[in-house]
Amino acid sequence: MTSRLLLPATLRRYAGGQAEVEIRGGRLGTALDDLCERLPQLERRLRDEQGRLRPHVLIFVDGVSVRGGSPMDTPLPEGAEVFVAPAVSGGSCG
Amino acid sequence: MGLAILLVGTRKGLMIARSTDDRRTWTTNDFQFLNQEVYSVAIDTRHDPPRIFAGVGTGHWGPLLTFSDDLGKSWTEPEEPPIGFPPGSDAAVARVWQIQPAPADQPDVVYAGVEPHALFRSDDRGKSFGLVEGLWNHPHRPSWMPGGGGACLHTILPHPADPDDLLVVMSAAGVYHTRDGGASWEPANRGIQAAFLPEDQRFPVFGQCVHKVAFHPGRPERLFAQNHFGVYRSEDRGGSWTPIESGLPSNFGFALVAHPHRPDTLYSFPLQADAERFPPEAKLRVYRTENAGETWAPLSEGLPKDPYYAAVLRDAMVADSGDPAGIYFGTRLGEVYGSRDGGDGWSLLASHLPDVLSVRVAEVA
Repeated sequence: MTSRLLLPATLRRYAGGQAEVEIRGGRLGTALDDLCERLPQLERRLRDEQGRLRPHVLIFVDGVSVRGGSPMDTPLPEGAEVFVAPAVSGGSCG
Repeated sequence: MGLAILLVGTRKGLMIARSTDDRRTWTTNDFQFLNQEVYSVAIDTRHDPPRIFAGVGTGHWGPLLTFSDDLGKSWTEPEEPPIGFPPGSDAAVARVWQIQPAPADQPDVVYAGVEPHALFRSDDRGKSFGLVEGLWNHPHRPSWMPGGGGACLHTILPHPADPDDLLVVMSAAGVYHTRDGGASWEPANRGIQAAFLPEDQRFPVFGQCVHKVAFHPGRPERLFAQNHFGVYRSEDRGGSWTPIESGLPSNFGFALVAHPHRPDTLYSFPLQADAERFPPEAKLRVYRTENAGETWAPLSEGLPKDPYYAAVLRDAMVADSGDPAGIYFGTRLGEVYGSRDGGDGWSLLASHLPDVLSVRVAEVA
């Protein structure tokens, strides 16, 4: 199963400047495991060392937020758009 | 001095200042890690070239521990995460509060203190770190509380001659001491007051909010501590502590710095109180003792005379190894001041920065 990971500008440097990256896996967790093999510095910006989504990272799969429940178990249909965004809650103060 | 560098970590980036004229003037136009907090910096001069470290908070994207071997022209982030809790520990590094190279006879050892309360050790000069399990598994840990800045291990003090002897300082857990290389740890807070606890519980075994501990490397048994209300000295490497705050305008503060050559000389930056984190009387002054805390004197020559309402944080004051010693501090107003004569006179080195979190200085060439 192949999906498109769409990156905000601040993360593109970890993907060779690309705005999107192909990821492979039937669920968000396995797809990010695949990403970790190829672009570990990008993957660690999305998940902590326990494999959990970082607190202020938003991910939408085909427009639906994965927050709540078990985000890593979110199914990824073939060709899914996996959109990454920084939450407005998580920036530095000021 | 040949080339000296001054690292100034701020709420929104890292300034690298350079001086080639024995610290008289500094270039201050190198500002990196834009919009990212730099809570910890370190300069490791045990190898040539020296290595500089930065503990960077990337906001949404988690913490980063990175290093440079070309004095900040380029930075290395290993493919493997250099620092992280083991799988299954249910913990994740939230912030790197301290990066501390070990003494010169352990040239590849670097320690890191993080939030949540934990110590990490590297044996490959900071490329990879392992959790010091003896502290992480300490039976007191479930009772350690966060300080106002978080559950941070913010100070690491290796013994200069004994590689098995190490002190760490945590808010709000206090001082802990190992003499067996980190396998076991004992609290070292006897005599330090926890003024925020009920009156009959103010001298607990642990739980104090110690803000900073400093010592002179030639006299490692004598420690100085700035506590959350209270300034102390220990003559037995933390076995017991006695107050030395008489003569200071306040016993609250964060920064505390030992003179590099004089074991009796110490610098403090008092703040009015925990609820009033301003210089006492709104006067920007560093206090110096030259007799291990028996008496204190304010130092203000060259500092602003107008009312000053910004604090100095725990890692934002530092000494270099020059003779006479240089003393530096950065304020939450984004100003950096330096003295080339041990604090007798000061000058403004940089201004209009974001608030200053961490400062380190070293001669590197």
